[in-house]
Amino acid sequence: MTEILSSSQRQETGTTPEGETPFIEMRGISKRFGGVRALIDVSFSIRAAEIHCLAGENGCGKSTLIKILSGVHAPDEGQIILEGKPHSHLSPAASQRFGVQIIYQDLSLFPNLSVAENIAFGHHVQTPVRLADPKAMRKQAQAVMERLKISLPLEALVGTLPIATRQLVAICRALVGEQARLIVMDEPTASLTHQEVDALLAIIHELKRQGIATVFVSHRLDEVMTIAERVTVLRDGRNLGTYWVRDLDRNRLGELITGHVFESSLKAPFSSKVEPMLEVSGLTREGQYADVDLELRPGEILGLIGRLGSGRTELALSLFGMNPPDSGAIRVNGKPVHLRTNREAIRQKIAYVSEDRLSLGLVMPQTIADNTVVSVLDRLTGPLGLIDGARRAQTIDRWIFQELHVKTNTADRPVQQLSGGNQQRVVLSKWLATDPRVLILDSPTVGVDIGAKAGIFQVVDQLAARGLAILLISDEVEEVLYQSHRILVMRSGQIVGTYDPQRVSEQELREVIYA
Amino acid sequence: MPDQHSSYKAVFHRHDVQLLGIIVVMAVIFSALSKSFLSPSNLVSLLENYSVMAIMAAGLLVVLISGGIDISFAAIAAVSQYVMATVLVRFGGNWLVAFGLSAGFGILLGIVNALLIYYLRALSVIVTISMMTFYFAILMFVTDGKSLYNLPDWFTDDLSLFGIPFPVVVAAIVLLVTLFLLSRLSIGRQIYGLGGNPEAAKRMGCNLLGLQCFVYGYSGFMAGIAGLVQAHRVEEVVPNALIGRELDVLAAVVLGGASLLGGIGTVSGMVLGIVLLAILQNGLTLLGVSSYSFGFVTGLVILMSVSATAYAAKHQQKQRVRHAN
Repeated sequence: MTEILSSSQRQETGTTPEGETPFIEMRGISKRFGGVRALIDVSFSIRAAEIHCLAGENGCGKSTLIKILSGVHAPDEGQIILEGKPHSHLSPAASQRFGVQIIYQDLSLFPNLSVAENIAFGHHVQTPVRLADPKAMRKQAQAVMERLKISLPLEALVGTLPIATRQLVAICRALVGEQARLIVMDEPTASLTHQEVDALLAIIHELKRQGIATVFVSHRLDEVMTIAERVTVLRDGRNLGTYWVRDLDRNRLGELITGHVFESSLKAPFSSKVEPMLEVSGLTREGQYADVDLELRPGEILGLIGRLGSGRTELALSLFGMNPPDSGAIRVNGKPVHLRTNREAIRQKIAYVSEDRLSLGLVMPQTIADNTVVSVLDRLTGPLGLIDGARRAQTIDRWIFQELHVKTNTADRPVQQLSGGNQQRVVLSKWLATDPRVLILDSPTVGVDIGAKAGIFQVVDQLAARGLAILLISDEVEEVLYQSHRILVMRSGQIVGTYDPQRVSEQELREVIYA
Repeated sequence: MPDQHSSYKAVFHRHDVQLLGIIVVMAVIFSALSKSFLSPSNLVSLLENYSVMAIMAAGLLVVLISGGIDISFAAIAAVSQYVMATVLVRFGGNWLVAFGLSAGFGILLGIVNALLIYYLRALSVIVTISMMTFYFAILMFVTDGKSLYNLPDWFTDDLSLFGIPFPVVVAAIVLLVTLFLLSRLSIGRQIYGLGGNPEAAKRMGCNLLGLQCFVYGYSGFMAGIAGLVQAHRVEEVVPNALIGRELDVLAAVVLGGASLLGGIGTVSGMVLGIVLLAILQNGLTLLGVSSYSFGFVTGLVILMSVSATAYAAKHQQKQRVRHAN
């Protein structure tokens, strides 16, 4: 860490290279919650109309810093200087009056109300007991949309819109009313596709043209590199410094955020002569995918990459028996199988870790232990059909603590208290406890920060080394490129190419995927 | 994309249209089977019979839209009604006093609900079930379960406006006021917002405590008025007369398309829900069907309606997914 702090790229906050004074400055901010020091002497400044990224792993203090800026929390120490005037803390109202608008990750929209009503909802709040004026609200919404040069269906219910459009609604709402000067977006790109990220980027540049600064929180390195002008990196509650993005590269930024040096090395092509564990030929399901052939050997990590809607998830669900194909054959260990239900797939020792681990993979309020053994309960029963406590404990100890090193002192904590990366490990434990031969990982790192990501892939590598056949599905090119022995690209329901990671570049892959 | 929205909106419309269709079919069947079904006297007494239910339903609808639920309104109606009747019997009074007492007591008890829900951060269903038991037990304890029969004549005499009976007039006014509140007043729109996404409502600066008090107070207010109208209609106050109506009213409101998850519901749908239940129960009575099978048929209709709505929503979602891909 000292090495990083003394780096030549460290830039003093307060004075920027162009000598411009920041319009918001936070100086020496400290905040503790009980015994936890969330922020330690953090200084942070935002200049007018800049695009600034706040980066750091989960729990590094990003959200606390934003909440201090928005007036939700008062700092224990330090000052917030707004246009030269120092404040010991801000109230939510004062923060908004100054023009700070926060767009939370959940967007905080009303799914049951129209776009216009969502954008102009402030109209209802100002004076509650009065006739609502739908015309004025529509006009207000129309005006903001024109300012952003976008067009949204004003009468549509927000709940019917795709996430990307909802995000635009949230941005429009932030611009209504009090003159916004800074828009803070908490992980705005977490659930967007690449094209949608580009559209969001265009909006952010439009805001910049109108003199509005944007601070966005992200841990997707690619995005920080393409969107931000400056980046402030927090780690363990401390500010490691503010950097010009043009002076950094991806690896360097990854190092700053995690404190680890990542060597991203490409895997050697898998040259096993063993028989495939999973063979698929001519697999077709009307309207989803067609004529898919693939082979997966024990110990191999096969990357499957494609856009959302390319058919990748549908194919994965078919291999797990949850989406029976219309025609084609699946062989497991040389024997043809008919996977009509997921119970059948589990019997064939196929495991599937879903894309949406929160809703499909885990029962959030239940304990780590219960989540781990839920898939193998029938194997843990004793003579009377009751659960054998000792064998249960053994299973949990083996997977949670010895194999996957979930960071917890007890397996009796509810899963929802764990970080995203640790939750993902619990999902993996649950499936590994079934002793699979084939493991399908569908976008295993969505919403997981970069440090935890590295941890998960370490586990995946170990599992492959022990002879598991792994199908890794993702829409992040670098992830598949550095993590697989072989890469299949899927587009519009078809496999359009097979690539050797050592003989293809990220750029080439992108072109095939988005062609 | 635009066609997608209109089709989503159509689900709400479709629900009303579906209900209307079922109502028409039922009415045709019952009028064919029983001559007295479409007779003016039957229709008028039908309207009168269900006006108390409609008044209570209006209060419940507002609570449901806000994302809560109120099970205690029938108990509140019984308490307010009893307080009002006791004062009228002992000290006399006039319509203003009667109205003020009944509605005022209803609002008061409703706000007690709101405060408990807000400060205990408890589920509204638990709080209002407890309060229902509590209010009713107190009423029975204090009154010994005695009924009041000697209500003043001015109170029990038949009243009407242009030939429309008093209960129907009150129900009509209540429905119009609720319609206006929910669709035109800003506070009504805030209630929809609160039901749709409470966290967002908080972040937008809505006064949550105020809204809760308003919503449960409104439900209590409606309960008070319902108590008054019911006492006027049956010319007596029996402490346990209104108890047990909660689920009927809830069923009618849900049948009318209101969501138990909050944020969704309309006055028009609610009215259709009540009309459907009313026609069904009245028709079966006229056909001489035993009152025990009421529950059977009512339960079945509600189940079918709710599953139709759920099926439509699921179908819609599937289409959206397909669309997105």
